[in-house]
Amino acid sequence: MDNSFLSYYLLTSALLFSIGLAVVVTKRNVIVVLMGIELMLNAVNLNLVAFSKNDPDLQGQMFSLFVIVVAVCESVVALAIILKAYEYFKTVNLDEISEVKEA
Amino acid sequence: MIQYIFIAFIILTILSAGVVLWSKNVLYAAFSLLLTFLGIAALYVLAGADFLAITQILVYVGGILVLLIFGVMLTNQKGNKQNGQNNIFTESTNRLVGLMVAGGVFSLLFYTFARARFVDIQSNLFEIVEPSATTKSIGIQLMTNFVLPFEASGILLMATLIGAAYLSKKV
Repeated sequence: MDNSFLSYYLLTSALLFSIGLAVVVTKRNVIVVLMGIELMLNAVNLNLVAFSKNDPDLQGQMFSLFVIVVAVCESVVALAIILKAYEYFKTVNLDEISEVKEA
Repeated sequence: MIQYIFIAFIILTILSAGVVLWSKNVLYAAFSLLLTFLGIAALYVLAGADFLAITQILVYVGGILVLLIFGVMLTNQKGNKQNGQNNIFTESTNRLVGLMVAGGVFSLLFYTFARARFVDIQSNLFEIVEPSATTKSIGIQLMTNFVLPFEASGILLMATLIGAAYLSKKV
C-alpha cells in the first residue's frame, strides 16, 4: 500500500484530537478527562506513525514509542493523585474539587 | 480491498471516540475507548508499524484502560444508592464552549493539513515502500541513536513507580 492514504490519517488524527479536546473541556468526571487526554496523545501518535511510513530510520515510530511511555507515566501518577483526592473530597467531580489546601 | 478495511477501521475509531464524547455513562466511555485503541492499533498495522501496534495493544488496552476502569471502580464506592442502579454518570458542563473550542481546533488543523505541501519536506512520501518488520530496526535504533531517551525513560518509569506507590499509600 502506498502512502496516498496520508491525508486520511491526518484527517482521522485531527478528528480524534478535537474529540479528545472536547472531552477534556466538557466532562466533569476526572477519569473521563483522563480518557480525553489519552485520546489526544493517541491522535498525535497516529500522525507520527503515518509520517514515518516511508522513513527508513523510523524516527516517527521511535518518537511515538517514547510518547507512549510518557503517557503511561502520566496516567499512573494522575490516577494515584485522583485516588488521594477522592479520599479527601469524597468526589471526583472537577467542579467540587476546588481547593488545594484547607483554609 | 485493503482500502475498504482501512476506511472501516477509520470509521470504527472515530465512532467509538464519539461515543466517549457523547455517552454519559463512564463505563460505556471506557469500553468504547477500548474500541478506539484497537482501531488505532489496526491503523498502525496498515501504516506498516507492526511493533507499535503490538505496543499499543499491550500498553493501552492491557494497561491504561484496565487502570482507568480500576479508577472508576475505586472512586465510586458509594454507587447510585438513590435510584437503586449501578450506573456511574458523569456530568458535563459548558458544552457550547467545548464544542466551539474543539471545532475551532479541528478547522485550524484541517486548514493547515489542506494547505501544507508535505512532498516538499520529504520527497519519497508517496512512493511505495516494501513493508518489512520494524522490530529489528527499532531495537537497533534504541541502542544506538536513541540510547539517551531510552535510559531517560527508564529513569522516568522508576520515578513513576516510586511516586505512585508513595502517593497512593494509606496514611
